[in-house]
Amino acid sequence: MLKAKTTKPENARPFYARHSKEQLRNALRRMWLIRRFEEVAEDSYVRGLTHGTMHLSIGQEASAVGICMDLTNSDYITSTHRGHGHCIGKGAEVKFMFAEFFGKEEGYCRGRGGSMHIADPATGNLGANGIVGGGLPLATGAALAIQQRKGQDVAVCFFGDGANNEGAFHESLNIAAVWKLPVIYVCENNQYGMSVSTERSTAVKDIATRAAAYNMPGVIVDGNAIADVNEAMMAAIELARNGGGPSLIECKTYRTRGHSRSDRNRYRTKEEIEDWKVKDPIPAFENELQKFGVFNLAEIEAVRAQVETEVAEGFAFAQSGTNPLPQSVLRDVYTVSGAA
Amino acid sequence: MSMRELSFAQALNEGMAQAMEADPRVFIMGEDIGVYGGAFGVTGELVHRFGELRVRDTPISELGGAGVAVGAAIAGARPIYEFQFSDFVSLAMEQIVNQAAKMRYMLGGKISVPVVFRMPCGSGTGAAAQHSQSLEAWFGHVPGLKVVEPSTPEDAKGMLLAALDDPDPVLIFEHKLLYKTKGHVPEAMYHTPLDKAVVRRAGKDATVAALGIMVQKCLDAAEILAGEGIDLEVIDLRCIRPIDAATLIESVKKTTRLACVYEAVKAFGIGAEVSALICESEAFDYLDAPIMRLGGTDSPIPYSPILEKAAVPQVEDIVAGLRSLVTKRF
Ligand SMILES: Cc1ncc(C[n+]2csc(CCOP(=O)(O)OP(=O)(O)O)c2C)c(N)n1
Ligand SMILES: [Mg+2]
Repeated sequence: MLKAKTTKPENARPFYARHSKEQLRNALRRMWLIRRFEEVAEDSYVRGLTHGTMHLSIGQEASAVGICMDLTNSDYITSTHRGHGHCIGKGAEVKFMFAEFFGKEEGYCRGRGGSMHIADPATGNLGANGIVGGGLPLATGAALAIQQRKGQDVAVCFFGDGANNEGAFHESLNIAAVWKLPVIYVCENNQYGMSVSTERSTAVKDIATRAAAYNMPGVIVDGNAIADVNEAMMAAIELARNGGGPSLIECKTYRTRGHSRSDRNRYRTKEEIEDWKVKDPIPAFENELQKFGVFNLAEIEAVRAQVETEVAEGFAFAQSGTNPLPQSVLRDVYTVSGAA
Repeated sequence: MSMRELSFAQALNEGMAQAMEADPRVFIMGEDIGVYGGAFGVTGELVHRFGELRVRDTPISELGGAGVAVGAAIAGARPIYEFQFSDFVSLAMEQIVNQAAKMRYMLGGKISVPVVFRMPCGSGTGAAAQHSQSLEAWFGHVPGLKVVEPSTPEDAKGMLLAALDDPDPVLIFEHKLLYKTKGHVPEAMYHTPLDKAVVRRAGKDATVAALGIMVQKCLDAAEILAGEGIDLEVIDLRCIRPIDAATLIESVKKTTRLACVYEAVKAFGIGAEVSALICESEAFDYLDAPIMRLGGTDSPIPYSPILEKAAVPQVEDIVAGLRSLVTKRF
């Protein structure tokens, strides 16, 4: 098992050396977009503007963005029920996400999927998933398609610590390893699958150690440090694009919100949550950016202001969206003959 | 007699608690059923009363969890396995369909599989296509399984207790929107039969065979139509396998008309079975109109509340359907 290196002088780290100012700005923008999108989404839920449930990834933005920032639109991701971050990280626009939330025709899934099923194939996002572990075979299959067409793309599979106990995890990793598929498994280990801690659910301490059983590299990173996440990802991408097969990256992180809207947080302490709030990945990234002289405070504030506008405009766009017609309920059950 | 009221969820909780109290072999497994109390609060505080060994949080492993319950059942335990959503049974089909259902038969009657699966089902919560299905008919197609779907708190407890005392595997479908509904529940332990439908409203103009959450909707529709002089007999099917043909046949012979109302996708479902068993029976000759099925649309359950409502029969749809049924003729 490899450990991510964090010992070099930090401003010389590959993360800062290999990304342009614009890329770094965009990474920060996306992290803020995720945060603000979710805070506004949460608020609209509390105000009764949306129904269903939602799973917020507040506190986990560094892994979503650090993993996705070097991917192109022809690289694939599969996402999870906690997928807003992956979606934005891969390049989705918040206005269409809000529209999905409000069940509008303008939404990414025309209001048919909701928060838990947002997909954006145009940016390579094959979809969030309501089934824990559901994306593992799918990402593996996307990687198989890439291999069949002798492509250079990679498929990335986000999944949670809870999902690693589904059979789909084990079967998928084995297939990917045997066939040397260009797939990168990204476990966002936020230490709980709903209310059950990894200690209570998982026989190994680190999920990355399971990579050894499938003969692939397994790396553990601080999931709240975008540079750490991204450097591990760059290595995994290089391996996958060069025929080296799959890898597993475990991002140690934490969700500071409840599992979903109905969570009463009975399985963890307030202190634990507060401790993790201090490790918020966004201020940590902003501090680094300033420390290394990439941006000054004014530039950072400009990013935040831009995000505020984008989120407010997206929310307004979605609210004035179109409701689906009840008689359209059968649309897209099958491909209509003649349609693409 | 006291008319103590409990919610559907409380009734199940009380049934599980009494069964665990009475029989040390009984225990519960499932995802987040411990301190979380279950995704729908059904296990509630049971872990504090019975401890983590009898109210076991499993890893997120439905094939393993459900299969381990089957294994425990064949080795002398009386497990209850709670699926967090019945949709996730698709991950556990192997152990239920290939193992639990067939074991007794394949092994020449030498083994019993006294396992109970609790299956929260149905739409109406905005949880979209993978968390809203009504899959009970799937299991009706598997000999060896018993499949029930209570519509009242009283039946929920009685069927749970009957299932626990049954030597065969039983799946109990529980519509999520029923969990908070209240009704009279006897305090003692009692059984509700796993093979009997029940007439909830006697009438003479048509028989309405309803399942689960549709029972109350059909009773509401019957109330509305009573105002128009239409007198409906509403049967709560309760049991999918074995299905209570006798009660249906008797009712149809009296009313001469039949509708079957259920939330699941209409095609290939409980309605087809109900319709076929009437057509194969002596009640067929009594029919004055074609049998009607009112079920879910031929689609997954959509997220948008407008579409979600359109995807399953609402009281208005049932009223309109039944109004046309009573005037129809061959
Ligand atoms: C197959 C399946 N089992 C259970 C669930 C219910 N469920 C949804 S999310 C979740 C917890 C998932 O934990 P993890 O994989 O760690 O992801 P996290 O929620 O922590 O992001 C559970 C149990 C589900 N959606 N699908
Ligand atoms: Mg988790």
